[in-house]
Amino acid sequence: MIHSLFLINNAGDIFLEKHWKSVISRSVCDYFFEAQEKAMEPDNVPPVIRTPHHYLINIYRDKIFFVSVIQTEVPPLFVIEFLHRVAEMFQDYFGDCSEVAIKDNVVIVYELLEEMLDNGFPLATESNILKELIKPPTILRSMVNSITGSSNVGETLPTGQLSTVPWRRAGVKYTNNEAYFDVVEEIDAILDKSGTTVFAEIQGVIDACVKLSGMPDLTLSFMNPRLLDDVSFHPCVRFKRWESERVLSFIPPDGNFRLMSYHVNAQNLVAIPVYVRQNISFFESGSSGRLDITLGPKQTMGKTVECVVVTVHMPKVVLNANLTATQGNYTYDPVTKILVWDIGKLNQQKLPNLKGSLSLQSGAPKPEENPSLNIDLKIQQLAISGLKVNRLDMYGEKYKPFKGVKYVTKAGKFQTGKVVPKQSSRLLFDKTK
Amino acid sequence: MSSSSAFNDEKGGSSSVGEPEYGHDPASGGIFSSDYKRHDDLKEMLDSNKDSLKLEAMKRIVAMVARGKNASDLFPAVVKNVACKNIEVKKLVYVYLVRYAEEQQDLALLSISTFQRGLKDPNQLIRASALRVLSSIRVTIIVPIMMLAIKEAASDMSPYVRKTAAHAIPKLYSLDPEQKDQLIEVIEKLLADKTTLVAGSVVMAFEEVCPERIELIHKNYRKLCNLLIDVEEWGQVVIINMLTRYARTQFLNPNINESLLEEGGEKEFYASDDDEDDEEKKAEAAALAKRKPYVMDPDHRLLLRNTKPLLQSRNAAVVMAVAQLYFHLAPKAEVGVIAKALVRLLRSHSEVQYVVLQNVATMTIKRRGMFEPHLKSFYIRSTDPTQIKILKLEVLTNLASETNISTILREFQTYIKSMDKDFVAATIEAIGRCATNIGEVRDTCLNGLVQLLSNRDELVVAESVVVIKKLLQMQPEQHSEIIKHMAKLIDNIQVPMARASILWLIGEYCEHVPKIAPDVLRKMAKTFTNEEDIVKLQILNLAAKLYLTNSKQTKLLTQYVLNLAKYDQNYDIRDRARFIRQLIVPTDKSGALSKYAKKLFLALKPAPVLESPFKDRDHFQLGSLSHLLNTKAGGYQELPEWPDSAPDPSVRNVEVPEWSKCTSRKERKEKKVEKPFYSDSEGESGPTESADSESDSGSRSESDSEQTGSGSESEESVEESQSEEEEDEEEEKMKKKKKVDKSQPKKSESAESDQSSGEEQKKERKGVKQRRSGSESESEEESESESSESESGSEEDSESDTDTRKKKKTPASKPTAKDTKKESKKETKEISLLDLDDFAPTSSPQVTPVNNFLSSSLASDLEGLSLTDTVLAPTTIAPSASVRMYELLHRITGEGLGVEYCFNRQAFSPDPHMVAVQIHFTNNTSCETKNLHIEEPKLQSGMRIKEFPEIDMLPAGESVSVVMGIDFCDSTQAANFQLCTHTRKFFVSIQPPVGELMTPIFLTENEFKKEQGQLMGMNEISDKLTLGEKCQNDHSIIERVNATANLGRVPCGSDKDCSLPVPPPSSPPVSRFAGKTVSSGSLVLVTVARKEGGGAQLTVNCEKMVIGTMLMKDILHALMQ
Repeated sequence: MIHSLFLINNAGDIFLEKHWKSVISRSVCDYFFEAQEKAMEPDNVPPVIRTPHHYLINIYRDKIFFVSVIQTEVPPLFVIEFLHRVAEMFQDYFGDCSEVAIKDNVVIVYELLEEMLDNGFPLATESNILKELIKPPTILRSMVNSITGSSNVGETLPTGQLSTVPWRRAGVKYTNNEAYFDVVEEIDAILDKSGTTVFAEIQGVIDACVKLSGMPDLTLSFMNPRLLDDVSFHPCVRFKRWESERVLSFIPPDGNFRLMSYHVNAQNLVAIPVYVRQNISFFESGSSGRLDITLGPKQTMGKTVECVVVTVHMPKVVLNANLTATQGNYTYDPVTKILVWDIGKLNQQKLPNLKGSLSLQSGAPKPEENPSLNIDLKIQQLAISGLKVNRLDMYGEKYKPFKGVKYVTKAGKFQTGKVVPKQSSRLLFDKTK
Repeated sequence: MSSSSAFNDEKGGSSSVGEPEYGHDPASGGIFSSDYKRHDDLKEMLDSNKDSLKLEAMKRIVAMVARGKNASDLFPAVVKNVACKNIEVKKLVYVYLVRYAEEQQDLALLSISTFQRGLKDPNQLIRASALRVLSSIRVTIIVPIMMLAIKEAASDMSPYVRKTAAHAIPKLYSLDPEQKDQLIEVIEKLLADKTTLVAGSVVMAFEEVCPERIELIHKNYRKLCNLLIDVEEWGQVVIINMLTRYARTQFLNPNINESLLEEGGEKEFYASDDDEDDEEKKAEAAALAKRKPYVMDPDHRLLLRNTKPLLQSRNAAVVMAVAQLYFHLAPKAEVGVIAKALVRLLRSHSEVQYVVLQNVATMTIKRRGMFEPHLKSFYIRSTDPTQIKILKLEVLTNLASETNISTILREFQTYIKSMDKDFVAATIEAIGRCATNIGEVRDTCLNGLVQLLSNRDELVVAESVVVIKKLLQMQPEQHSEIIKHMAKLIDNIQVPMARASILWLIGEYCEHVPKIAPDVLRKMAKTFTNEEDIVKLQILNLAAKLYLTNSKQTKLLTQYVLNLAKYDQNYDIRDRARFIRQLIVPTDKSGALSKYAKKLFLALKPAPVLESPFKDRDHFQLGSLSHLLNTKAGGYQELPEWPDSAPDPSVRNVEVPEWSKCTSRKERKEKKVEKPFYSDSEGESGPTESADSESDSGSRSESDSEQTGSGSESEESVEESQSEEEEDEEEEKMKKKKKVDKSQPKKSESAESDQSSGEEQKKERKGVKQRRSGSESESEEESESESSESESGSEEDSESDTDTRKKKKTPASKPTAKDTKKESKKETKEISLLDLDDFAPTSSPQVTPVNNFLSSSLASDLEGLSLTDTVLAPTTIAPSASVRMYELLHRITGEGLGVEYCFNRQAFSPDPHMVAVQIHFTNNTSCETKNLHIEEPKLQSGMRIKEFPEIDMLPAGESVSVVMGIDFCDSTQAANFQLCTHTRKFFVSIQPPVGELMTPIFLTENEFKKEQGQLMGMNEISDKLTLGEKCQNDHSIIERVNATANLGRVPCGSDKDCSLPVPPPSSPPVSRFAGKTVSSGSLVLVTVARKEGGGAQLTVNCEKMVIGTMLMKDILHALMQ
């Protein structure tokens, strides 16, 4: 299946290579560089590239290209999913998945890759198992190891590998037994210029941090599970019980994991926490434009909207922006043409406003598209869909764990100012001429 | 594999990139700088005694390997450490070995003995890793050693080692393909492995080594289906993909009727001449299919059902695998479930989106309806990467239909203003496609596109021109305005493709713009030399066409252009000019062709078809690399076409004991102790299911019920009652053959709830408290409430029943509605029911035919007399207490009219070939029902119905019984007809258990043996069984057999006392029964020979093997209770 893996940084350096079958020359990456050049942006590099003898399947993550080489038919998603899993594992082990972190831990990376694939076929991808085989680096351990000469590598087969709960390691012990769940919801929405919702939906995840001794069997139930429209689970969740009772029953992996992701039906009206009044106009003459943006809270259920950031991708002809913000501060990058306005907390009384003029490239025609705004925000202690965890029960162990649930709402792909032609207006596709 | 070439490459690469680079490479930093001097220090460290030094050295070496630096000269120093005690050093040495062994084969051999020792190590991790490395060093010399090691590891105790063995198989295969046959043996062995750990890996090996040996899967098919949910994610993907292919070879197309219709429609357009034969075949198949309604193989259903939960997997590859399985295998009505899951994947990483959208694009062409509700999920965001935008656009275009086109077009309008010009161009093309596909919006789109012509961006204009050109070709007459408009554009547009398109349009439709066309040519003639090649060609074209239509004005211009072209640099243009001149300018030399010049140039050109590039991509298995690239990738296995007729399904049958007593079951038990997993209950409900549907036999179903009883409890009732209800219709026939007593109209729910209640009982008995799922308990509650009623009734009954038996032949209590319901429901738990029925009086064969019922004529005589249930019951039905009532029409569905029927085992006097069916109407409404009669029987060929005389009136609250005759042609096919009242019609069907298709005959023992002697071989079916607890004496055997089938007892010499309720223990253990089928009169002989210890031998002889087999099953079933 997966023949080789090359890690390439943004500058085009191949800084790690690993081969699971016979060695493939790194010159194969030239085809990748070619495609990369053609694509202009990393986002646009086709995930699957055909070369005369091989196929390159790549992902772009954390400014690193993971380029895998395969020779024969394999489901592309299989490889893509695996590469993402590798990246997540690096993240898990080293805290972040950057080039520096990988270079610093190159031996552990190599050992990990060796364990994760055998002959190109995934062998162990559960972090609990891998952590038993290869201990994650900590400063303390590396010091101890250098003194005592003990190793980072487990000597016995991880019990999870053989058990029916491969995601959990055996013999877990904690003095503080705790289980925390974060319900994180993201609003994906497109609003038009007048603030009407064109499209809105809520994506949610429940991330768990479970540190419980032994083999606990947890049951998490919701007050209103019918809200959830589409769900996907960590393999530990018993699907049957969800189907029949709408509760999450599972033996958790040890540590951090994503318990479930869900989607709240778009038909339920999605509360939009903020409104935006925007007016960006360009003048035909004088090569300048005006910008006026005001934000205000809308449906926030009494909570404060925090960390509000507005991002505007300006048209190419905008050279600079001369603005004043009543709250927060703004930056305009004339190279990437991105205007970022960091507002912070949204104040009910005094609505933040950003106003000023834009200078355009002289002589260039005025841009026809009004830029749309992307808004980022955060609301603590609120799941915007109204989802509520009812209770968490534990079976199988005697102690009483600490339990906690946290709710956060964020803006996902939250975009406003889209120009959507009304049916009545005489625009492009009207029959009346 | 190009291992050798790769090796060379590496050599070449390393020599050029080799060591000197270290110095220049600032990134390599501290660690590497010390490696510079030919690694002397590293060698030293490796030779030292200290593990810590060795470890440090190895780490540095591995870091070099990771950076792609050549470290091969260290090989001798490293290989010495292969036996190092420190496990981390050892691991790193392994890593190094695997990387360089191929280059240094001789030295690598030094390490082999260490691995061989490792293979014998008591620690499974060491065994496994020794095998891993041994199989990973690509040294041809050790192939035999590897082979041996793999074989040994394949039967290792540890499943982890076996998994490693499975991984080693493809490695060895790629090293030496000649080992294939031996490897297949190992694969075969490992395929039979029952642990989830091995399953994924061995299927992977199967796919790499011998994907064509599909027959190896047969025996493991059901196991794989059932294990699937517990296999790790990666294995699931491989197994699902393989099973998709398997299912395509083994099952019938569930959409066969529909797809034939489709094809019929498309044939005219796409069929090429050479596949006419194929078509004929297909037509035949169609005819076949029409005659035989499609029945889904239970194994096919099993696969669909067991994969469905995986749509909820977090792993995109698994979701995609299930989605493609459903797309390729599921009946059309069920494919829809995958849409939601696929839409979910669209929120994942952009690479995942890219692949999923490609597949969705292909799916939307065949099944648009599936994604239509999710239209908005494909709306494009300004932040999407261009490649994603374009794919989404493709999907939106495919989804466009009359109903949603206005929404989509409005969406498209916003896209046109995007800053991403590639995307704008794609949008314009998409608009063009919508316009060609949907006639209503063609004008609107065209107008819109024309307005785009005044767009400032040239790319947009150019793309619009190209698309307009295509659209105009469809109806040029009405659009001379647009053509004029475009003619004006030629002054401004610079994009060659657009210029060429305009010129072509003007040339093609020059008669619509007679004034403008020559002028355009004039302008073009001026700029000819500066144009691009494609534009020049179109100028020539325009000139030629104008010359032919309007030579007066353009003759000179044309000559001029042709002259210019004659000296062009491009030979294509020179050629074209020469060619055109010969054609259009008549000279004395130019031959016959010039006469046809007009025809050649001004022929009507068909409008281009704007098609999706994803059309017909679905002949590649979706989700595959080949599908994504739209070309066959190496190692791609074609997705086979559906077979015309299904191969023998029995190949998938597995030996029962092996299955039920296999280790996996033990494991399951362990599992259960540990954690009652959804998956294992699933896993267990699976086998039950499958075993259930296997064609044989009692012993199995017993073990089943054990399994379910202990494990999955009524898990089944949840899943099955849903899915099975759907599938019931399709499967009905299939199942009927197998489980005749299941085959009542009410069957699906009753059988199911019954089972669960049965299990419920069992569970209670065992006192096992297990967690139940909600809907499960719901369904249980229901069934409990239902059955508890009936059970309380039945318990009483059974008590009273023993009483009555003692008290002799008092007519058994009349079958209450509950009772009959219960009866019809019972199938596994028949035993108690049969006991209910006081069978004693009818147990003697002589009695059975004679005194069971009143004759039909008498029954109908009584109709008038019997006014109430109570009156009627004792007189007409009471003696038939042993007869089961089946429900024909429930009083709820019948709007107050309840109808039941039974087989009263009477000869049907009007036609001896018919089976008499007694029908009992009860009017539960408050008003009278009139004109009860039968209409429009829909029967299988050969079947006939003799209707009962119309019942003029049935007063409110009263009941009446009538008798009708049905000739079932000795099959258990249902007779369908309509039951009509003066106001309503109800579709009903009567389906006979096989036992009711016969009538008893009297034979002596000698006659019996003689007849039996003639019905040997194929006509004889025989099986051993263990008699049920309550079925240990002859009396009960006879009772059971008689209850199951309408047969006469054959008296035997010393068996005179058989009519006694309790036969003396000395009675010979052989009971014989004889009968003939009602319709064709074929003999049916049944022998039950009891043996010591509760065993018995059951033999059925019958000319009609189908009848024999089914009867065998039923009797077995009855006796084992």
